[in-house]
Amino acid sequence: MFQICFFNRLNMSNLLQIKNLHAIVEGKEILKGIDLEVNKGEIHAIMGPNGSGKSTLASVLVGNPKFEVTRGSIIFNGKDILDMSPEDRAREGLFLSFQYPVEIPGVSMVNFMRAAVNEQRKYRGEEPISANDFLKLMREKRELLGMDSQLVSRSVNEGFSGGEKKRNEIFQMAMLNPLLSILDETDSGLDIDALRIVAAGVNKLHTPDNATIVITHYQRLLDYIKPDVVHVLYKGKIIKTDGPELALELEKKGYDWLINP
Amino acid sequence: MTEQQYIDLFETYREEIDRNSSDGFNKERQAAFETFRKIGFPTSKLEDYKHSNVARTFDTELGLNLRNIPIPVNPYDAFKCDVPNLSTFVYFLINERYYHKVQNPNSLPDGVFVGSMIDFSLQRPDIFNKYYARIADYSQNGVTAYNTMFAQDGFVLYVPENIVIEKPLQLINILRGGVDLNVNRRLLVIAEKNAQAKLLICDHTVDDVQFVVTQVAEIVVDEGAQVDFYELEENSEKVTRLSSLYADQKENSCLVTSGITLHNGYTRNNYHFRLRGQYAEAHVGGLAICDKEQHIDNFAFIDHAVPHCTSNELFKYALQEKSTGVFCGKILVEKDAQKTQAYQNNRNLCTSSDAHMYSKPQLEIYADDVKCSHGLTTGQLDEDALFYLQARGIPKAEARMLLMVAFTKDVIDLVRIDTLRERLEYLVNKRFRGELIRCGNCNVADKKWI
Repeated sequence: MFQICFFNRLNMSNLLQIKNLHAIVEGKEILKGIDLEVNKGEIHAIMGPNGSGKSTLASVLVGNPKFEVTRGSIIFNGKDILDMSPEDRAREGLFLSFQYPVEIPGVSMVNFMRAAVNEQRKYRGEEPISANDFLKLMREKRELLGMDSQLVSRSVNEGFSGGEKKRNEIFQMAMLNPLLSILDETDSGLDIDALRIVAAGVNKLHTPDNATIVITHYQRLLDYIKPDVVHVLYKGKIIKTDGPELALELEKKGYDWLINP
Repeated sequence: MTEQQYIDLFETYREEIDRNSSDGFNKERQAAFETFRKIGFPTSKLEDYKHSNVARTFDTELGLNLRNIPIPVNPYDAFKCDVPNLSTFVYFLINERYYHKVQNPNSLPDGVFVGSMIDFSLQRPDIFNKYYARIADYSQNGVTAYNTMFAQDGFVLYVPENIVIEKPLQLINILRGGVDLNVNRRLLVIAEKNAQAKLLICDHTVDDVQFVVTQVAEIVVDEGAQVDFYELEENSEKVTRLSSLYADQKENSCLVTSGITLHNGYTRNNYHFRLRGQYAEAHVGGLAICDKEQHIDNFAFIDHAVPHCTSNELFKYALQEKSTGVFCGKILVEKDAQKTQAYQNNRNLCTSSDAHMYSKPQLEIYADDVKCSHGLTTGQLDEDALFYLQARGIPKAEARMLLMVAFTKDVIDLVRIDTLRERLEYLVNKRFRGELIRCGNCNVADKKWI
């Protein structure tokens, strides 16, 4: 009922509107009617037990071809993105921090980021970034995430530790400055210091004009990144939406009270 | 029988062949001829030629320029290698013949010989006779025997003891002819004790006729010597290249080779490495980028004859459209060759369902204290990597390009000339984008092919 109220409230600050989203992978339905609305300036947390469809939702949003949307709609920043390629979604301002960032030997971080930044500029009808400005941007964002300069001179994620990979995801987010960032289990594999740095980075990047969806198992990350709204996803549906206090309650009581009320 | 016309040709023109060459070459012909008459060209009935019927490529009317009729070409017009900052001494072979009007100011160290093989055989018969047709054993190989029968000239790089040539040397093989031609060229590289040299060889085709090229390269790497031998093929689709490289290495020597097939027709490259001095090292790279109906077959044989030697092979193929790739890697570790380290890797990309890759690693190990490994994979581009790049806003076609170029990187990294490595990255990029006609600003690209 809560969500339905949201839907009727179409306004300028609306960034993402998902309606009755169904998606399958390898013939199996994973998302069974998701409704979700995110406004600019908001941070949403999506929690839920293993296998509930959290990562599938993230993958479907950014257009992973392994997933097929069978019903429903996704409106992002006023545009229907379901027929858009993953690259166009990215250039529209969607960003996924991958749960398992891919190692790409032979593609240097520098070339990768230059290509990504310039593709985004091209999409907006802007000139490619100058070499100087690019290096400045790289340095600035690297420092924001406390990343070693060695890391950005290496191949994409190749030989990075789990923590370095996650930090690298947020570094890319900083470089691309998206409208909506989806952080898929960004806290997994991070020790407490790395978690603080990554969370601080995310908080610094947060503005009234963008939004963030944090997908997580644990309350821990939400101590550092304060959500405005918390959703519980279970068996492909959002079964509960509430304020930040819901996360604390889940931490104490688990999911059972919601699943078997 | 395919061979008969060549046997007749040889017998008929024997005198002319001799007259237009030198004694050093001529004294090898008879024995090579007898071998060839016995074994002929290899056919696909032989296990090692299963996917490359070499005999068939000779089954056509080919001219041979046995009388050394001058071929009008100014290689400096035909070929302007604009490799930025790749400062090299440049030499040419026009078909099999050395081009004498070299414009290099000769500032090579004393005692070094770079030039025509005929000249070398006349000036230094002692050295020439010691190695010519000695390293390249033609008793088992019909194409090498054939080449030895007909070879009349070629290119020699001779570096005497303790001499280091810092600047890379570049040999450009230009194929030129008005009719379909058979070209038989020879290369000889000798690095004496503790000598060092780097040689880059580029194959270019100028005319749009059929060429069947045999090339036999002999490389001698004496004690403590270092040789870099890079080959870059950019031939037209009408060229058949049958190359055999024979290397003989003494103790503490190091040989780095890389065979890069950027554009070709039908290619078979044989590599025979013999490590016969302790602590010798051989680094063998190979990269092939093929599309259309191009055919590339690399056959590498590494013989570890003594202890403590290292060999490291990396061959990569990117096959598109209806192209075919073949790799056979044989490593023999002889009984006494303890503490051998031998590594072989063959990685292949087939980006279309019509592209075919045949790969066969063969390790024969008779010593018991060795480190040997081989790896072989053939597959498509990593879909997850592709999606990852797309998810950052890079269009799929561009993302594929990035991944293809990335695939070639570790082979190119084996090259030990920095500027050449950069140039290769640039050329590979252009090749994948389908923009490669000739490398860079080579003038040939501007001319309409005859």
